[in-house]
Amino acid sequence: MTVSAPAAGRLALLGLLGGIIELTTVSQISIFGVPADLSPLLVASVGFLCGSVPGAIFGFGLGLFVDTALLQTLGVNSLVYTAVGYGAGRIRELRDPAHALAPVAIGAAATAVATIGFSLLQFLLGVEAPVSLLLVRQILLTIVLNTLLALPVYIVCRRVLAPYLPDDPRRRRRRAYTTGGLSPLSKA
Amino acid sequence: MMHDKVVRRRRAVLAVLVLLSLFLLTAYFGEGNGGTLHAVQRGAMEVFAPIQEGANRALKPFRDLFGWFGDTLDAKSDKKKLEAQNHQLQQDLVDAEEEKRALEQYKGLQEQNEQGGLGKYTPVEARVIARSPSSWYQTFQINKGSSDGVRIDQPVVNPAGLVGKVKSVSDGNAVVMLLTDPEFGVSATTVESAEPGSVGPAVGAPGDLRFELVPNAKEVRKGDRIITAGTSTSSRVSDLRSLYPRGIIIGTVSRVETGEGELDRVIHVQPAADLHNLDIVEVLTEPHSDIRAQAP
Repeated sequence: MTVSAPAAGRLALLGLLGGIIELTTVSQISIFGVPADLSPLLVASVGFLCGSVPGAIFGFGLGLFVDTALLQTLGVNSLVYTAVGYGAGRIRELRDPAHALAPVAIGAAATAVATIGFSLLQFLLGVEAPVSLLLVRQILLTIVLNTLLALPVYIVCRRVLAPYLPDDPRRRRRRAYTTGGLSPLSKA
Repeated sequence: MMHDKVVRRRRAVLAVLVLLSLFLLTAYFGEGNGGTLHAVQRGAMEVFAPIQEGANRALKPFRDLFGWFGDTLDAKSDKKKLEAQNHQLQQDLVDAEEEKRALEQYKGLQEQNEQGGLGKYTPVEARVIARSPSSWYQTFQINKGSSDGVRIDQPVVNPAGLVGKVKSVSDGNAVVMLLTDPEFGVSATTVESAEPGSVGPAVGAPGDLRFELVPNAKEVRKGDRIITAGTSTSSRVSDLRSLYPRGIIIGTVSRVETGEGELDRVIHVQPAADLHNLDIVEVLTEPHSDIRAQAP
């Protein structure tokens, strides 16, 4: 997907609002004893909708914003979310999954990569914390919680970016089916 | 050709972003708090802070709403946990009080054995496991029997004094007759005046004892302590040994009723042992060991 200036503006607004909501509200609400983490879901949704390059850039930007806002080590979240956005985009580009629950799986995988990757980087940076059962439990619960939130977040992202998106796979395939495979995209 | 270009561009973007992240990470980690990146971060944070604060206030109702749900669920969960904890603590308290009471009784028995000299009668500690609910049958059951050396007619004591005697025995249990049972009787004497007599139940007055067959009853006064005599009170069989060793406290004189003659005097005795609250007792399995030891 080629990102136009208005689309880039929407992505920036989405990242900024999503980051603020994450930091000011969502991170302060505990469900099952852990807060949800919208950031990997946002990045994965953008990557899944727009492709690997916009996903990676969006991930880098959102990670930088989170690191800056929380006075954390710069670059940690950027690196992790870059990988998440890129990976989600590549799944879209390579597999083009049409199943309605594909965003849920992508969201779960993105959260897993983000939380585990972030923990690994923290350990690499020398944070002295034991790999306790509590940490593993928190990571698993965050993944479960984010899995539940993946679909609503994806729907919001798709609605925000809808004017700049190509047809989604399901609509494209439905059209291909009804037109006997004469979709312009199937020829491309 | 076009495809290769797209791939190269995609990889280049990824590489740039990763390298940029690593550069930021390394530079940030390497510099001190006064470094450029830290300063930029602080500056950016000052810009974001008002936005975050405003958003924080604006979104507070949503947060509170979720918080209310969460708090309610947590409170319900906490309530269940605290109720269970409360029950457990109450049970622990009961167990602890029970153990404390048992410990006090064991301590009393131990002192009685060591200081009161009952240790030489080979006492066997036993726990009361059942009690007759009827006031007509003044008996209770203990968890020691013939296999522990318990035999019929052996004296039963607790730290306060004489409780009764063994009425019947099975292999692992025994039935004990209380002092207040209508069939009970023991030769006794007063500590203060050494007046001999016999202690038995006061018929028709459960829990009360009578000190009878006292030659000089007028010498006995309220508050006198009554102990086992260790021998029969009959003058003709004065050397006949009693079932009970000498010196076990039976009770104290609670009341003396005077009549027309000396023989009409009635001496009431309050048992020293709390017969309604028995838990641990001792059976003196060799009540005549001291007599045997003194025999030539």
